[in-house]
Amino acid sequence: MNERLSGRLASHSFLALPFALWAALFIVLPLFFVLWTGLTDGAGHFTLEHLSTVLQIEYLRALGLSATLALLSTFICLVLAYPLCLILRERKERRGLLVFMLFLLPLWMNSLLTTMAWQTIMEKHGIINMLLSALELPEVHLINTPAAIVIGMVYNFLPYMVLPLYVSISRIDESIIEAARDLGANHFQTLRRVLLPLSLPGIVSGSTMVFIPALTTFVISALLGGNKVLLVGNIIEQEFTAAYDWQLGSALSMVLMVFIILNILLEAFTDSGEQGRKGRP
Amino acid sequence: MKKELLRLERINKSYDGRQILEDLDLTIHENEFVTLLGPSGCGKTTILRLIGGFEMPDSGKIWFDGQDITALQPEKRQVNTVFQKYSLFSHMDVAENIAFGLKLKGKSASYIRDKIKYALKLVNLEAYEHARVNQMSGGQQQRIAIARAIVNEPKVLLLDEPFSALDLKLRQNMQRELVKIKQELGITFVFVTHDQEEALSMSDTVVVINQGWIQQIGTPENVYNEPENAFVADFIGDSNIIDGTMVRDNLVHLLDKDIPCTSAGFGENVPVDVQIRPEDIQICAPEEGQFAGRILQVVFKGTVYDITIEAAGFKWLVQTITGHEQGKEVGLRLVPANIQIMTKPESVDEEAVSNE
Repeated sequence: MNERLSGRLASHSFLALPFALWAALFIVLPLFFVLWTGLTDGAGHFTLEHLSTVLQIEYLRALGLSATLALLSTFICLVLAYPLCLILRERKERRGLLVFMLFLLPLWMNSLLTTMAWQTIMEKHGIINMLLSALELPEVHLINTPAAIVIGMVYNFLPYMVLPLYVSISRIDESIIEAARDLGANHFQTLRRVLLPLSLPGIVSGSTMVFIPALTTFVISALLGGNKVLLVGNIIEQEFTAAYDWQLGSALSMVLMVFIILNILLEAFTDSGEQGRKGRP
Repeated sequence: MKKELLRLERINKSYDGRQILEDLDLTIHENEFVTLLGPSGCGKTTILRLIGGFEMPDSGKIWFDGQDITALQPEKRQVNTVFQKYSLFSHMDVAENIAFGLKLKGKSASYIRDKIKYALKLVNLEAYEHARVNQMSGGQQQRIAIARAIVNEPKVLLLDEPFSALDLKLRQNMQRELVKIKQELGITFVFVTHDQEEALSMSDTVVVINQGWIQQIGTPENVYNEPENAFVADFIGDSNIIDGTMVRDNLVHLLDKDIPCTSAGFGENVPVDVQIRPEDIQICAPEEGQFAGRILQVVFKGTVYDITIEAAGFKWLVQTITGHEQGKEVGLRLVPANIQIMTKPESVDEEAVSNE
């Protein structure tokens, strides 16, 4: 029945036409424009000049900082989400659903709004420092630091880690864990040798979904980093809106794309490995 | 007398307020093939999980080799389990699956290699060392699960309906092989199943369970030929179970007739359940039998014919090698030695037990 349905849909491939049109106009074409702008000079001649400008130390520093902060946020999201998903796996019931919804809550609110809220929380006379001084503790300098940006990223992107991770972890059957215990694995060994490898597809796909927006964000870094911490996203924005150097902005985007493609390849690789193993349903 | 290895003592267990096991006592001996047999939901899997350490009893104790292991974690028990759903590690190949327990115990590489070879030979999968487990058939996966468990040299192997997902032919093959493996290893097997044929063909001891109560413990011949109550008689094999009254020793009143039998010690004029196996009833001419009736239905089953006969107001199930004509008037003859007399359930609890 199912096979027949999917077979019929496959033969009606014209149904995919609207999306194909959309993709060609708004995904492939703009991509081509970016490549074109980044690789030509004003007269339309091919040049690597803009790409070599990216290799200047200030741009490399911004790239490095972006990658570091994105990686750090991804890691923190993973550490926060993994135990949660383990707990949710064990109790697939209403109370579990409530916790799950709480973790997804940031998705429902405008991210600009929540990031501005974090600004208020972390600024010099913000909520954190008010509390600290009320307790007669030394104030902390958070706003306009990389730490503030990481906090903002984790808050905004955590749901993207929780979702794929939960799907992957909840699919692991209880009897697999019991088998590991039965064969002599304690809780930690079960986690390391069975749960982690079996949830690897979820870890990779969650990490990709956090890493990519974290790498390219400019709203979070603009609001929480002031102009003191410059990430790639902010530089690209400036090149396009303030400096009007579209060529350099495009070249920077291309370099970012390389990171993103690498990340997606990694995900595709883990996924196909998993599929090969599944074989039988 | 065989040495006791495992003892469950006054075990109570309930889930969500529903009592699964009540004051259960069970002793399992060294090198014994014990089968826990009962309908689904009777508590047999719970008993297995208690022994494996995956469940804690609400009260009661579990003794293993003279030691109290009631609160011991599963990884610390000298017991391994073969799960119903195979539960192999899909991110590892066959050899890695089998080596899992041995690596955790820090065994040397050469020891592990030898063990993998030995175990794969034992389960007849020698060429599959580096196969991916999810590309194997159900029967092969279950063999790997057995190999993975036995390399750890457990004193008891627990098997939770391991063959229920396999088709009939494969299941019978696996049953024969399992008995061979058991003889080779010389350890205790505790096997859970709802399939009475499986239980009878493999076990040294069958424990018949219903609704958390042990109905009978005995050898396969014992529980088949001398069931202690109507539940056991009905659950194992086909049976005609009829209300009767024990008139005196060796005479039972059955469907308005006094029939000689070979049971004694029930007292006089005591209500009993009378069980007669369908293969023990002889069909003869109407005037020669103890009961006379008419054939309602004849079903060919391959080795035997299932014949339904209405006689003395009861629908008898009779099995014969030769066929009979539907609608024919026939007589039924009962041999005294083949009439099994069982006490009626006394308490309400026991009554509930025999309802299913």
